[in-house]
Amino acid sequence: MSVQALRAGALATAATAPATAFAEWGVNMPQGATAMSNTIYDLHMWVFWICVVIGLGVFLAILWSVLAYRRSKGAEPAHFHENTTVEIIWTIIPFLILVTMAIPATATLVDMYDSSEAEVEIKVTGYQWRWQYEYMGEDISFFSSPTTPSGQQNNLIKKSDTYNREVDNPLVLPVDTKIRFLITSNDVIHSWWVPEFGWKQDAIPGFINKNWTRIQEPGTYRGLCAELCGQGHAFMPIEVKAVPKEEYREWVAEQTGESG
Amino acid sequence: MSAVADAHAVDHDHHGPAKGIARWLFTTNHKDIGTMYLVFSFAMFLTGGAMAMLIRAELFEPGMQLIQPAFYNQMTTMHGLIMVFGAVMPAFVGLANWMIPLMIGAPDMALPRMNNWSFWLLVTGALILTSTLFMDGGAPNFGWTFYAPLSTTYGPDSTTFFIFAIHIMGISSIMGAINVIATIINMRAPGMTFMKMPMFVWTWLITAFLLIAVMPVLASVVTMMLMDIHFGTAFFDAAGGGDPVLFQHVFWFFGHPEVYIMILPAFGIISQIIPAFSRKPLFGYTSMVYAVAAIAILSFLVWAHHMFTVGMPIAGELFFMYATMIIAVPTGVKIFNWISTMFRGSLTFETPMLFAIGFVVLFTVGGLSGVMLAIAPADFQYHDTYFVVAHFHYVLIPGAIYGIFAAVYYWLPKWSGRMYSEALGKAHFWLSFIGLNVAFFPMHFVGLAGMPRRYVDYPIQFANFNMISSIGAFLFGISQLLLVYIVYRAIRSGNKAPARPWDGAQGLEWTVPSPAPYHTFEQPPKVD
Repeated sequence: MSVQALRAGALATAATAPATAFAEWGVNMPQGATAMSNTIYDLHMWVFWICVVIGLGVFLAILWSVLAYRRSKGAEPAHFHENTTVEIIWTIIPFLILVTMAIPATATLVDMYDSSEAEVEIKVTGYQWRWQYEYMGEDISFFSSPTTPSGQQNNLIKKSDTYNREVDNPLVLPVDTKIRFLITSNDVIHSWWVPEFGWKQDAIPGFINKNWTRIQEPGTYRGLCAELCGQGHAFMPIEVKAVPKEEYREWVAEQTGESG
Repeated sequence: MSAVADAHAVDHDHHGPAKGIARWLFTTNHKDIGTMYLVFSFAMFLTGGAMAMLIRAELFEPGMQLIQPAFYNQMTTMHGLIMVFGAVMPAFVGLANWMIPLMIGAPDMALPRMNNWSFWLLVTGALILTSTLFMDGGAPNFGWTFYAPLSTTYGPDSTTFFIFAIHIMGISSIMGAINVIATIINMRAPGMTFMKMPMFVWTWLITAFLLIAVMPVLASVVTMMLMDIHFGTAFFDAAGGGDPVLFQHVFWFFGHPEVYIMILPAFGIISQIIPAFSRKPLFGYTSMVYAVAAIAILSFLVWAHHMFTVGMPIAGELFFMYATMIIAVPTGVKIFNWISTMFRGSLTFETPMLFAIGFVVLFTVGGLSGVMLAIAPADFQYHDTYFVVAHFHYVLIPGAIYGIFAAVYYWLPKWSGRMYSEALGKAHFWLSFIGLNVAFFPMHFVGLAGMPRRYVDYPIQFANFNMISSIGAFLFGISQLLLVYIVYRAIRSGNKAPARPWDGAQGLEWTVPSPAPYHTFEQPPKVD
């Protein structure tokens, strides 16, 4: 019953999922569904553009040297081989550029590490090869296993749009709510990663790692295991169904009502 | 008694290599050993490359076509291990054997018998490692970083052989490093002070110290694994009170300096070749030496940037982020100095120079993606994706491999006495250059778009770029066979090489005839 309800919900949200999720030529990180993922995206782009400018400068200097000083064009070699001033300059300027990256990076990291005052707490446990979700303080606990049929993996039937990214029981979360994840593993190291949330966190046996999110828009967000965990590493996807708070409360009531 | 003395005397008069297989088994000659290292490492390069071809063939399309996940994981693991321990490191030791005595005016390496032993131990270790492919349960399948507990509690039976192989190859590397240090410190020609040493010698001296510092750390981590597997300890087993994250700290304390072990000698090679073909002295020799030393020292302080997502305290994250970013400074100094060396030179573009310029251009790409990866909060997205795969292939192929190719083309006339075909050499460069970029540049895109590494099968939105990557990888792979032919052709029928085939080349190695006689510098040269 609850599985059917989940499936119905998943179908309903599939229609609202952003079309770009299935883009075939995606070249960049998603901006994501949270304020944090947007901050990380902006930081990534800031560092990226600095790197592009430096790279272009270096390539232009190489291109100039290669084109202008060819022996075949009669170039005579100069004999200089030292200049302390320029060496100091090109030590200090890169250092200052790095500082402009380090400052926003530090601020972002401090935010990421503040998982306090969460309203919902989810324990995520990695298994070979599926995820278990436990809603702390609620009597809800279930496994989330991949559902992509082996016929698709062995190229016998056509692959769906969500090939290797679909599960039986998605993690259901409320939007506009600070959610803390407690992440661990039951066997080898896994890594729980939903790119739209902006981070991945390793699931390590014997450790409980923390991270958090606050989802802005309802929708289905998909992720993958990011740490090599054996044969099924490519086949333990993550599916998060973010719903409005009201719907989330109903879903919790339904789950706990049934199990109780 | 006298017969022995006579035989000894005859041996000394003869001064040539022994005949047949005995020459190679028992040789203590640095040139023979150097050749064996180079041939061996190239064979391993082709072996590891064949595995990469299989990986790329499987990833050509989503779904499983050729190989199953269990074997796929063995292929990625063995590809990494063979390329690191079988191809790149031995190739540099081979170059060190051939060139360091010739560049510092020494008659041989300081410890010639140990030199022989370290080569044959390497072959033994590599054979043990590759033999795991034929064992029940298959070869190691836990990635070249062999994270516990996947490699201990959950590893295949062959893990024990893998550990033994790592120990043997580690001993071989340490002996090679001791030999390099002993040679450079004790056997320089009169007048060659430290600050007159060629850059290749400098970078290898620093690399050798890195090897001695970190190979025992690698040995300790695999020994702890061995204890966990067979002797009931629980270093890395959480169920027994152990700590899987400790494994990663110890591994990367080895692993990060290891990265520089694979790049610093290439820095040295490029610093020899760019001045030679720019006909202008290396710009900023002193700062180049200091930059290499700074990179080596910093390499011990940055290991946990491989571990930003394991749940370190924020102070740890910040320290390792800042320390990693700082490495960009001395690395930048090196890039700027190489460009300044070319600036206002008189450039020609023989194959060694093409590979050297390819090195500077593409290593810059890999270095800049390295700066991005150093940014800890963003690394929570980049970590363990194809973005990382793109990054380290951009530093290792244009870095280590192009450095080795450049060295082979540059010094082949000295080794063989023959010139290679310049047209074929250039073809090799351009095919490799195009293949490499087509193979690895799209990996930045799929990585950022969300494809994790070490995936045998992937969601369909990554299909297009993976197919392009595979096509580029096949081109890169096939063009390496050209190198076999180029070297074969040069040795068989190449034009005779003069003592100094490159008019801009400097250094003692060009003062001896080509090919370099079996024994050189029996009387030390005088360096002004």
